[in-house]
Amino acid sequence: MKKLNPKERRNLMIGLSFLLPNLVGFLLFTLGPVAFSFGASFTNWDLTGIEPLQYIGIDNFANMFSDSQFWLYFVNTLYFLIGLPLAIFGSLGAALLLHQKVKGQVVYRTLLYLPSVTSGVAVMILWKALYNPDWGAVNQILESVARAFGHPEFRGPSWLLSTQNALALGVEKVGVVPNQWGIGAREALIFMGLWGAIGGGNTLLYLAALGNVPQELTEAAEMDGASRFRIFRNVTWPQLAPTTFFIIVMGFIGGLQGGFEQARVMTLGGPAGTTTTLAYYIYNKAFVEYQMGYACAVSLVLFGLIFAVTLVNWKFGNKEVSY
Amino acid sequence: MAAENMRGAKGRSFWTHVVLISLSLFALAPFAWMVLASLKPLSEVESVNPVPTEWRWDNYAKVFEQVPFARYYFNSVFVAAWVTVLVVLTSAMAGYAFARLRWPGRDLLFRAYLGTMMIPGLVTMIPNYSLMVNMKLLDSFQGLVIPAAFSAFGTFMLRQFMMSVHPALDEAAEIDGARPWQIFWDIVMPLCKPGLATLAIFTFMGSYGSFFWPLIMVKSEHLRTLPIGMLFFDTVYGRQTNLLMAASVMNVIPLVALFVAGQKFFVRGILLGGVKG
Repeated sequence: MKKLNPKERRNLMIGLSFLLPNLVGFLLFTLGPVAFSFGASFTNWDLTGIEPLQYIGIDNFANMFSDSQFWLYFVNTLYFLIGLPLAIFGSLGAALLLHQKVKGQVVYRTLLYLPSVTSGVAVMILWKALYNPDWGAVNQILESVARAFGHPEFRGPSWLLSTQNALALGVEKVGVVPNQWGIGAREALIFMGLWGAIGGGNTLLYLAALGNVPQELTEAAEMDGASRFRIFRNVTWPQLAPTTFFIIVMGFIGGLQGGFEQARVMTLGGPAGTTTTLAYYIYNKAFVEYQMGYACAVSLVLFGLIFAVTLVNWKFGNKEVSY
Repeated sequence: MAAENMRGAKGRSFWTHVVLISLSLFALAPFAWMVLASLKPLSEVESVNPVPTEWRWDNYAKVFEQVPFARYYFNSVFVAAWVTVLVVLTSAMAGYAFARLRWPGRDLLFRAYLGTMMIPGLVTMIPNYSLMVNMKLLDSFQGLVIPAAFSAFGTFMLRQFMMSVHPALDEAAEIDGARPWQIFWDIVMPLCKPGLATLAIFTFMGSYGSFFWPLIMVKSEHLRTLPIGMLFFDTVYGRQTNLLMAASVMNVIPLVALFVAGQKFFVRGILLGGVKG
């Protein structure tokens, strides 16, 4: 490093003094812990204190590889990403509607945003009641619709109590089991997520992006007699690509670390582990079973996944955006 | 031709309203159910009729009798207020250092900050828990506040905001011999009020709803925040859906009020976060 002259040194001191409080917190609560986690993942660190702390090499990572639970929960975590494209289409749809300069646009925007502002434990407790198979509102509505169409014998799914799922994934091991096909706890959580996401932040992002689409482009296409769908497909949608890309990246990053609150509040990861995501697995390993070293190792694998997804998405997304 | 176009536009606007009203109903229906259920007597909780036959307003008072709900409220607001003040202050100072001051190594360090924004909280959670145990801050207000008082996202957001404010005023003040702290506090901070408000509202709401960290930090009843208290209430009195819903309504109301009051800042914050720097 080259020697600093007195003025530069003074500037450095001033700059660092403003940065200092944040930097200390950052080193203490972010960078330090990441390094610590890295070290701990090579140990048998265990809060119960039964075995003495030991360096065990890559045992944690090797065990993870043969840990059938880890793979099941990894698949669960990916399963919940099914909600992402649905949320994107829903958010875009809502944004397109709001973008038509209808009367009361602000009122609609506010109402549609409410679910995402109130998400959290209280709302999850609410949905747990809504999903009650016997008296919850969701099945009440489904069953009354079925009655109206002449099927009074119809019974709604058991929602949070059911291991069935739309991809017919088995319960005990990774794979497809035909009698598991149906609607269950996973779909319940995805649907609740959609309720919270559509009309939320992504809609606002799309709304802003729609405002930035140059009007000359859409007007020119209209003059050429293009249909509204074609204008959307060939003009608007490509213009929205950077926003879509951003939402996908953030959705992946959030989705991979997600599912903890739902599992802890609504399902305790069940039934039969079908709603346990990696985040909830890490929590259980660390704060229920006290296997801190193993939990750190799992969290680092998750970190690696998020990092890889970011890189892949960047490469792929850049191509998609340039046209 | 013109008249036809007009009719087409009108018809479209009609259907736009129909779809938007349906979407709004979809968004609001669970809240309506929650409010109605919160007013039911216990005997009607499992009834298929969503409307109570007897309106039990005293359910709300009963929540306070069964659990120390006022305490939960106070704890949540107290912790969120502290976290908000500290996050805004530390982020503003760091944002100022990155946006307005020139010093060697600045851009390199800023890039390092940006890189850490993607580190998942799950990775830092376990070491931070252990750190709190060692600092004897487990199960304390400090333990709830201090690790949450620093935000790379807040730093990034306020840096972007400060870069967009014209620098003429602080340059003039510097020539007049003002100290760096004076320029920051008396000139830049007042100019950045909208950005500070945006970060404040997001931080407050985030902390008010935060669940994972308080769940592992809090052991004593008197430190429970609303989400932890709600979880406890649900676990212990889970069959009293009417009281649970009353508690949920009270939990959600401050968020709705804050959102409606600060909507302008809210929208800006989402867009600031979404625009990559």
